[in-house]
Amino acid sequence: MNNNNQSIHIKKEVLVKIIKAFFSENFAKNVELIPFEMRPKGMNVPYRCCIYKERAILRTRIIAGLGFSIENDDEIKQLSVYAEEALARETPASGPLTVIDAACKGCTPHRIHVTDLCQGCVARPCQSVCKFGAISMSNGRSVIDGAKCKNCKMCIAQCPYNAIVKIIVPCEDACPVDAIVKDTNGFVQIDYDACLSCGKCIMNCPFGAVHEKSQIIDILKQMQSGGRVIALIAPSIVGQFPGGVYRLKTAMQKAGFADVYEVAQGADTTTRNEAREFAERMEAGAPFMTTSCCAGYSQFINKHLPEIREFVSATKTPLYYIAEKVRRDEPSALTVFISPCVAKKNEGRANPNIDFVMNYEELGALLIARNIEILDCEEAVFDTESSKQGRNFGVSGGVAGAVASISQGDVRPCVINGLDKTTIKLLKKMAKDRKCEEGNLVEVMCCENGCIGGNATICPPKTAQRALAQFCAGSSDLKRL
Amino acid sequence: MNTITVKLCLGTACYVMGSSHLQDLVDIIPDRFGDRVVIAGHNCLNLCTSNGEHAESPYVKIDDEIISNATIEKVLDHIEKKL
Ligand code: FES
Repeated sequence: MNNNNQSIHIKKEVLVKIIKAFFSENFAKNVELIPFEMRPKGMNVPYRCCIYKERAILRTRIIAGLGFSIENDDEIKQLSVYAEEALARETPASGPLTVIDAACKGCTPHRIHVTDLCQGCVARPCQSVCKFGAISMSNGRSVIDGAKCKNCKMCIAQCPYNAIVKIIVPCEDACPVDAIVKDTNGFVQIDYDACLSCGKCIMNCPFGAVHEKSQIIDILKQMQSGGRVIALIAPSIVGQFPGGVYRLKTAMQKAGFADVYEVAQGADTTTRNEAREFAERMEAGAPFMTTSCCAGYSQFINKHLPEIREFVSATKTPLYYIAEKVRRDEPSALTVFISPCVAKKNEGRANPNIDFVMNYEELGALLIARNIEILDCEEAVFDTESSKQGRNFGVSGGVAGAVASISQGDVRPCVINGLDKTTIKLLKKMAKDRKCEEGNLVEVMCCENGCIGGNATICPPKTAQRALAQFCAGSSDLKRL
Repeated sequence: MNTITVKLCLGTACYVMGSSHLQDLVDIIPDRFGDRVVIAGHNCLNLCTSNGEHAESPYVKIDDEIISNATIEKVLDHIEKKL
């Protein structure tokens, strides 16, 4: 599923409304009214069984937008109370994800299913191909015995009528590490011990049942009370908004950020350190080294493959370096990482130099709510411009490419473009065999296409990549910076 | 022969709400319709605030006709009908 669909549209609308309410005369009251504004009396019911259910689900989306867990909601507490609690809290809630069980369809579990298209043919290739004896004939049609079926899909490939299908559960299917479990009623739950917070389930649930817990109110509160709030924009932001990053910088300043730094500047430090580290490791005879900047991958290492850690670069992430610098230069300012994905919330929480994380959708909602037309803004350059290599970190292949571009000798990048069952198998094999056939510099990105494919991106990856390539082409080479 | 003008709104609201996904039209339209249809990105068309606020963004204007909740398919379909 791409990132342009009705359920994501609704989530963005909710965020805009919350932010508008924040800047209104009466935040708590206006938050309370959002479900009624979005689904007024007499409106045609767009999606669910009735308008009351639509409002109830919107209510829970607002709870997530205010930064709370939906799981803890008792359905009695009013949104106005949540709004006040959001204003009163000192730190954002922990744990980046939350699930709306009322929005979850409780999809039927994964299985292989024979549809009406089955002709009950004489050849019966499905029956003969099934190694588990799971297929029999009944009422002139094939039926599958769920207890025997192993989901191997051989029958699907054999049926001449395409009559057999695999029914999938989109969130489960998207999760690379089987962190989606169902409760006894079949509704989604997340196993947080296994979860990478990669956000693939957010992107893939057609009912919009998985939410990020937003920190937007915490950030706006700091801005409103006169705090100096500095934005650190991820390299993948190029193309996510109209008019280029220089206009975006001005727009963000109008929206309340005191200053804007490119995380690509930190990426330049990452590249230099990682190239040095790579050379040292190769010199010392290491079989390969993997990159370390993807937050989803670092969760994956911690939770699922600690054995690979000795091969993972110890170089810090671009965000680490830039946040360190900003904290050093302006100790009293607050930092907000502007992120393509939810995984970076974990990194933000673990690093005291990063105070908040705001994703692209939330930034977009802020600009809409504040009526800021990016295309009408002046261009403003950065005090320190980043290199073209650093600016390209958000694209699959970009990190390895940057390191390779300043390395000498034998550098063979192996690019893992997205964590899924297949690439996970490959990484496990590398860790076990202590070698990598495909190369010696292994770049791992959790999302397909890299950060430009993150769960909170606004622009389709292909279009974003074009904008990014153009921007990089006009930037300086790292070797000359 | 009259040409049809397509304005693709790249204002903040429309872009964030989905016109970022319509930019392929800039290539598709000349490919398919040649110079009979002219397409260009545009600053805010001032439609996002008029009805129900940005809820129906992204907007595309085909000559004087307004398409709300625009998608690539909707836009192409409208052009075909007009030609
Ligand atoms: S942003 Fe498109 S009409 Fe205003």
